Amino acid sequence: MDLINIFIKSIFIDNMVFAYFLGMCSYLAVSKTVKTAVGLGAAVIFVLVVTVPVNFLLDTFLLKAGALSWLGADYAGIDLSFLSFIMFIAVIASMVQLVEMIVERFAPALYGALGIFLPLIAVNCAILGGSLFMQQKDFSNVGESAVYGLGSGIGWFLAILAIAAIREKIAYSNIPAPLKGLGITFIITGLMAIGFMSFSGIKL
Amino acid sequence: MAEEKEALFSKKNKALLTDPLDDNNPISVQVLGICSALAITVQLKPALVMSLAVLFVIIASNVIVSLIRNLIPSRIRIIVQLLIVASLVILVDQILKAYAYDVSKELSVFVGLIITNCIVMGRLEAFALANGPWKSFLDGVGNGAGYAFILVLVAFFRELLGSGKLMGFEVLGHKAKTLAESTGVYSFGYENNGFMLLSPMALITVGIIIWIQRARNRKLIEN
Repeated sequence: MDLINIFIKSIFIDNMVFAYFLGMCSYLAVSKTVKTAVGLGAAVIFVLVVTVPVNFLLDTFLLKAGALSWLGADYAGIDLSFLSFIMFIAVIASMVQLVEMIVERFAPALYGALGIFLPLIAVNCAILGGSLFMQQKDFSNVGESAVYGLGSGIGWFLAILAIAAIREKIAYSNIPAPLKGLGITFIITGLMAIGFMSFSGIKL
Repeated sequence: MAEEKEALFSKKNKALLTDPLDDNNPISVQVLGICSALAITVQLKPALVMSLAVLFVIIASNVIVSLIRNLIPSRIRIIVQLLIVASLVILVDQILKAYAYDVSKELSVFVGLIITNCIVMGRLEAFALANGPWKSFLDGVGNGAGYAFILVLVAFFRELLGSGKLMGFEVLGHKAKTLAESTGVYSFGYENNGFMLLSPMALITVGIIIWIQRARNRKLIEN
């Protein structure tokens, strides 16, 4: 029950895009067509599912205050949490490199379509944000953190899929010239975020 | 060397400073660094602190990367840049925790997210890797200021309209339980628009800022 709760909550209520504005840069840049949006969304889900649990393990057994106590009583007083930013980003950068190689090997068409955005997942705030929120939420085991990563990824995927579909349609609409492109995308995202706020009352 | 002889504030160098404020604003034109721009703009104070933090990180990382740009192998440059930025952000985070603990709590994960703020990485990739330290310094100041400008503008409207305060001071008067006890605009029955405090309004505010900017500056309009 707890796992389902975390899962639903991270998709709809704490949605990465609509509640915390994470990963907005690639959300705005890659949402011009549905096809590339789906590819990037899938890559984000995968990277989040891998990096959040790995960073959870790092945090629990290496970085937290007193995390090193498994080495012996002498190490119990060490607090390395100030190193967490640099550790998390190193894990993420290497994972992204791995995903890039896998995609290049097994889906060359997708690799061509994603182009520069694949390496840029490393600097997608949603990925680092997932790990940092995981650290704040104090999950009790790896399973919970993995489910949280999966849920956040799916939430981000839904958001970029929806906006890409809308943007394909509004390409034919008559919008005031200064609002075209970026401006209208912001306002539509705001309206979608209002829609997603209606989930916030749900308790499981 | 031609570069050395150029005046410290030649026309070109001035453009590096002023362009990012309007024509090439990092948020509304280059579309970089949106994430943090929106989440911490409920009040003016955290927005100001965040702007200063980003300004510091972007200037320092621009100068450092530009100094060692000829030593970085291009294959691993992203990781090198990330490590430099991450170390600077750790510095900022520790300083904030030591001297401004409340604000640091309020900013929560968004200090850490400066690492992945696209402005920092974008300017490193696009500018610092190809230019000398002084130019990179100016570019950092310009882009940091352009970012701060939008951030403060959004926070100004959200705090003023949302809670009737600026920097925590009640500039619109005090709202009491009854109309007679209230002062300022509240005595006329004015109500705060609590909706401005919620996250969707940040997006819509930025959308409107972009609209106004492009209506004034027609060459930015997209086709």
